[in-house]
Amino acid sequence: MKKTLLALSLGLGLAVSGAAQAKTLVFCSEGSPEGFNPSLYSAGTTFDASSQTIFNRLVQFEPGSTKVVPGLAESWTASADGLEYTFNLRKGVKYHTTKDFTPTRDFNADDILFTFNRMWKEDHPYHDVSGGDYKYFGWMSMGDLLKSIEKVDDYTVKFTLNYAEAPFVSNMAMDFASVLSAEYGDELAASGNKADIDHKPVGTGPFVFKSYQKDAMIRYTAHDDYWNGRSNIDKLVFAITTDANVRYQKLKAGECHVMPYPNPADVAAMDKDPDINLLRQEGLNVGYLAFNTEKPPFDQKLVRQALNMAIDKQSILDVVFKGAGSIAKNPIPPTIWSYNDDVKDYDYNPEKAKAMLAEAGVSGLKTNIWAMPVQRPYNPNARRMAELIQADWAKVGVEAEIVTFEWGEYLKRSKNGEHDTVLLGWTGDNGDPDNFMYVLLGCDAAKDGGNRARWCNEEFDNTLRQAKQVTDQAERTALYESAQVIFKEEAPWVTIAHSVVFKPVRKEVTGFKVHPLGSHIFYDGVDLK
Amino acid sequence: MFKFFFKRLLVLVPVFFGVTLVAFGFIRALPGDPIEVLAGERGVSPERHAELMAQLGLDKPLWQQYFSYVGDVLQGDLGTSLITNRSVAEEFFELFPATAELAICAMLFAIIIGIPAGIVAAVKRGTLVDQGIMSLSLAGYSMPIFWWGLLLIILFSNTLNLTPVSGRLSFLFEVEPVTGFMLIDSLLSDEKGAFKSALHHLVLPTIVLGTIPLAVIARQTRSAMLEVLSEDYVRTAKAKGLSPLRVISVHALRNAMITVVTVIGLQVAVLLAGAILTETIFSWPGIGKWIIFSVFSRDYYAVQGGLLLIAACVMVVNLIVDLLYGLINPRIVH
Repeated sequence: MKKTLLALSLGLGLAVSGAAQAKTLVFCSEGSPEGFNPSLYSAGTTFDASSQTIFNRLVQFEPGSTKVVPGLAESWTASADGLEYTFNLRKGVKYHTTKDFTPTRDFNADDILFTFNRMWKEDHPYHDVSGGDYKYFGWMSMGDLLKSIEKVDDYTVKFTLNYAEAPFVSNMAMDFASVLSAEYGDELAASGNKADIDHKPVGTGPFVFKSYQKDAMIRYTAHDDYWNGRSNIDKLVFAITTDANVRYQKLKAGECHVMPYPNPADVAAMDKDPDINLLRQEGLNVGYLAFNTEKPPFDQKLVRQALNMAIDKQSILDVVFKGAGSIAKNPIPPTIWSYNDDVKDYDYNPEKAKAMLAEAGVSGLKTNIWAMPVQRPYNPNARRMAELIQADWAKVGVEAEIVTFEWGEYLKRSKNGEHDTVLLGWTGDNGDPDNFMYVLLGCDAAKDGGNRARWCNEEFDNTLRQAKQVTDQAERTALYESAQVIFKEEAPWVTIAHSVVFKPVRKEVTGFKVHPLGSHIFYDGVDLK
Repeated sequence: MFKFFFKRLLVLVPVFFGVTLVAFGFIRALPGDPIEVLAGERGVSPERHAELMAQLGLDKPLWQQYFSYVGDVLQGDLGTSLITNRSVAEEFFELFPATAELAICAMLFAIIIGIPAGIVAAVKRGTLVDQGIMSLSLAGYSMPIFWWGLLLIILFSNTLNLTPVSGRLSFLFEVEPVTGFMLIDSLLSDEKGAFKSALHHLVLPTIVLGTIPLAVIARQTRSAMLEVLSEDYVRTAKAKGLSPLRVISVHALRNAMITVVTVIGLQVAVLLAGAILTETIFSWPGIGKWIIFSVFSRDYYAVQGGLLLIAACVMVVNLIVDLLYGLINPRIVH
């Protein structure tokens, strides 16, 4: 038995070194994808397994940044009024050949129309396939935004909008906008297997989908005719491993090369491991405490400022984030363009806070702090964070009770404004400041509850609306910078922290970059030594 | 026999309705709904929420939803997963063989070690051997599965480098699923070494999942044997000069088996419950992990369908155990 085990373990030990010769990269992914059409789903796990491997979009995010670069569109132009966007499509882009489909033509404008009309038009033959719920298309209000999509010629497409929306191009780089094959769609419709388009995917991306065993493994091979050059990796394997402890053990044993979402407690050991490179980057997120500005005394700016000053953020960073984060002073993280570094945060000053509360006529304030029941990168331990805030506020005479609910209930009730103060956060979708500020602090969001502070400031809102309508980046930057100044002065939130994202990668992997939007990309220079 | 079988099947009818009611009620009793959980921090407008709930048929009164669910089940339709949009039955039967394979191996491991250990402990009653076996079985019974699994991975996979950390097969092998049982599929495939790899991957999960049933079987075998060994007919057999092995294996063990088989039958439910944790630790693509994920994402139809099918498995095993009584002890006539 011992001999057999030894022989087997030798075989196992060779697995990764053998794989390195065959250039097989194994990614210990954190879960199963919901499916293989990114327009239908919302989880990063699904996007990693589909949009980032199998598909391309008209424009894409540069790996390691939120900069929008050409994808299936070689270039694009916007009209002066910001209502028309014309994309010039790349020629000679090949679709994957799989065991179910052999393409007879290259990518062209028909594929763009097929992809977007499926999500947009209810009478499209594919609209209702696989449930017909196109989550991000809805969340980014694309249905309201689009007026028409026209095929100018085979390699030119024009999008006309109902209103100017500068983040539109960034939206086009999001996973949901991944381009499908119209020819494959037609073939499946003819054979009566429409649903296969979402489970047996065909795209133009760097990797060809080969097989999927639910909760076990996904296999891909390099796309030999990829328009941007064949991947250095010959075979890509997603070994689905849901537990972070086990992912780490697999990485140590050489059973995988890259793992996402390590346990914060393991990070120090990973850093010391000679076989592992621990990559890190500030996450595209913000954790905050929102005051319900509809409820007194939080309707007073002075009270909100005082309670900002009463919180020792450094202690929160040390205790809750264990150093894996940075203090937030703005509602957007520093990795996003237009971040205003000149904004000065409220200093921790309990004495001054006490005086300001007295000035506002507030004494013996009793309130509550809602603490999330779940872990998020922007808040790894909301209960502990709430306890620290509770202790800080007690020092200035504010008595706070900590409240928590089941996650669904928490989100629902806080959306309805039942809280006094609530801990929550946000992770960006497209790297545009609008995706943080308008979504979380705009007046429309105050009405629908996404703005948990229920704060509607006309000057701030007008600035954001103006920034949506201009396409000039410098002009937009100036507007968002001034919006951040208004935000800080008005203090609807206590901005707490931006997390740091860690990616442990084995030493033999080269060229892997941490993507600020959270995707795992195994193309663009990723290789195995 | 047939009358007995028919009667048992009749009993299953109210059990079936009970299970559907519990499965239906359980997932709906949890706060939050699938639409809210999916939207997360982003939230969803009340209009869109209502529209999606109507689309999924979740806007109807509970009793209507229940009867339409039972109606569908009776026609063999367990519904469609709210998350993956695939048929619940299709997902279940894709994952079930992995759980079944692991559970069978764990049960064999528990029986092969547990019964002899129990017999030895009974025969050597009061000695150090007995105390040693009983202490170990108590430790095994009290072992937290998650901790035990991680401990074995750290020891055998990372320190001694003897076993793989997790999964069912090395990524080097590409085995097409035929039966879903990796040991069989790897034998059927052309991939050399795949069977060894599959066997190798089974070692730690089998030990972890089999530990608690092993402890229970060992303890129950010991007490059943002790009871039988004190019976008059055993004394008679010994007096007749039969060899100790014959007395134990033919006269004592056969009569003790009734209790042991009952305990083994009951362990099936324990195995399925243990599979949830074992599958999570060892990234084993089975139904335990699937059910937990479905509960967290409030995938109503997957949870209802999954629980119903798991309950059906337990019922079938219990029925088999009842039928086995007659084979073990012919005096039991059904």
